Amino acid sequence: MDNRAPLPLSRRTLLIVGVVTATAMVLPPFISAKACAANAARPIKSSVSLSVNGEKRDLDLDTRTTLLDALREHLHLTGTKKGCDHGQCGACTVIVDGRRINACLTLAVMHDGAKVTTIEGLGTPEKLHPMQAAFIKHDGYQCGYCTPGQICSAVAVLEEIRAGIPSHVSASLTDSPQLIASELQERMSGNICRCGAYSNIIEAITEVAEADL
Amino acid sequence: MRPFTYLRARSPAEAAALAAQVSGSRFIAGGTNLLDLMKLDIETPTHLIDVNGLALDRIDTTPEGGLRIGALVRNTDLAADTRVRKDYALLSRALLAGASGQLRNKATTAGNLLQRTRCPYFYDTNQACNKRQPGSGCAAIGGFSRSLGVIGVSAACIATHPSDMAVAMRALDAHVETVRADGSTRVIAIADFHRLPGNTPNIETALAANELITAVTLPAPLGGMHIYQKVRDRASYAFALISVAAVIQQDGSGRVVLGGVAHKPWRVETAESAMAQGAKAVADQLLAGATPTPENAFKLTLVERTLASVMAQARTHA
Repeated sequence: MDNRAPLPLSRRTLLIVGVVTATAMVLPPFISAKACAANAARPIKSSVSLSVNGEKRDLDLDTRTTLLDALREHLHLTGTKKGCDHGQCGACTVIVDGRRINACLTLAVMHDGAKVTTIEGLGTPEKLHPMQAAFIKHDGYQCGYCTPGQICSAVAVLEEIRAGIPSHVSASLTDSPQLIASELQERMSGNICRCGAYSNIIEAITEVAEADL
Repeated sequence: MRPFTYLRARSPAEAAALAAQVSGSRFIAGGTNLLDLMKLDIETPTHLIDVNGLALDRIDTTPEGGLRIGALVRNTDLAADTRVRKDYALLSRALLAGASGQLRNKATTAGNLLQRTRCPYFYDTNQACNKRQPGSGCAAIGGFSRSLGVIGVSAACIATHPSDMAVAMRALDAHVETVRADGSTRVIAIADFHRLPGNTPNIETALAANELITAVTLPAPLGGMHIYQKVRDRASYAFALISVAAVIQQDGSGRVVLGGVAHKPWRVETAESAMAQGAKAVADQLLAGATPTPENAFKLTLVERTLASVMAQARTHA
């Protein structure tokens, strides 16, 4: 319940939604200096539509909501984990429009129309994604908290190598990157594992990569 | 994080004009640095203008034989561009030495230039920081300064610029194209883009308020051997203690720029004339007048040794 004193402007007039349609260089009437000053006092909401694991989801969110919080708190897809919430640990890694990103360092409203794949969208307990199966086979975790991020990242890493994107450890910038452990280690450095399951993680990714060759 | 209104701009000029109409506006592109700082209450915009929809994500060749890199080109795409890999390998190498795969997928060319320092006192809102809160002092001076600046520093600030990409851009003599709120455009040489801290470390670039970067241009390829050597506390996903960006020609002449030592990519053109005399001569001129702290004086030795390593690599491959 919102029991704060009402502002002279209705909440609806404060909503900032979508693209500015005016061609002239003027602010739309709902953005004014007064409205922005009012921001300090109350949240602003905005609508956003995401395609999450193949399903269209329409949300009305506080503009501050990160993609991570939208997934976990609003869509209840809690497979994606919040570790540091500052882009340092990689536990929140998801795949957006084919690319892995830190869901904690981006706003949900910035992704209107985007296709988001989380760990829930990669596989199911009955039909595991090959990377999930390989992590189990190679014991690529202990506590499991970083695992969804590791797996989403690993799936995207193999795509990046397939696309010929070089890395810091690639000896040549012009040759196709090699599928070797040092390449996988470098490319997975944005995913921290507190339990230190790194060597098994690399074995799991290597097995999936070799099966795809 | 404080509440903010949010708007998607449709053109660069519109974005700049809209930003000028609301005080407390900020542009957001990749957001990987801005949102991090907003969560910590270090950046406190009241209005975000999302520029991701602007068509600034292309890399085009210029009539001069160089490249125009759109402001929104992601770090991953810039590093992987076949023209960049072939003719501006230094830039690819610098980009790939920075951040993580996830961050490079999101971070943009313009945003990389504009990222804020990782000085621990800038990040800790309980500490004095002239950059975060002008006039409050600098807790880094006399504090934990191992990672901080050794040259071009001031009594107000000893922060470093954290970008790897910008160091390469400085070696390549990039130019920054912008649009201002009145619709006018201009071009800023990368040498003039980042400022030294002086008494106003809160002013980090030559950009005016609400001025938007639209592109970064590179002149025609320099040829030569391109080497970016970054020294850090772990092998991946860490900021530089120091870095050396070098373009070295067959005859041993070349360009050298340092990262991790100053408030901006550090280049002293006259030092490059000492290349034939070896790493020590170049390092001495590059770092003349350095004022390190006892904790970061090691950086002076590290620069000389890294430079020696870079010059040796160039000789081996020449």
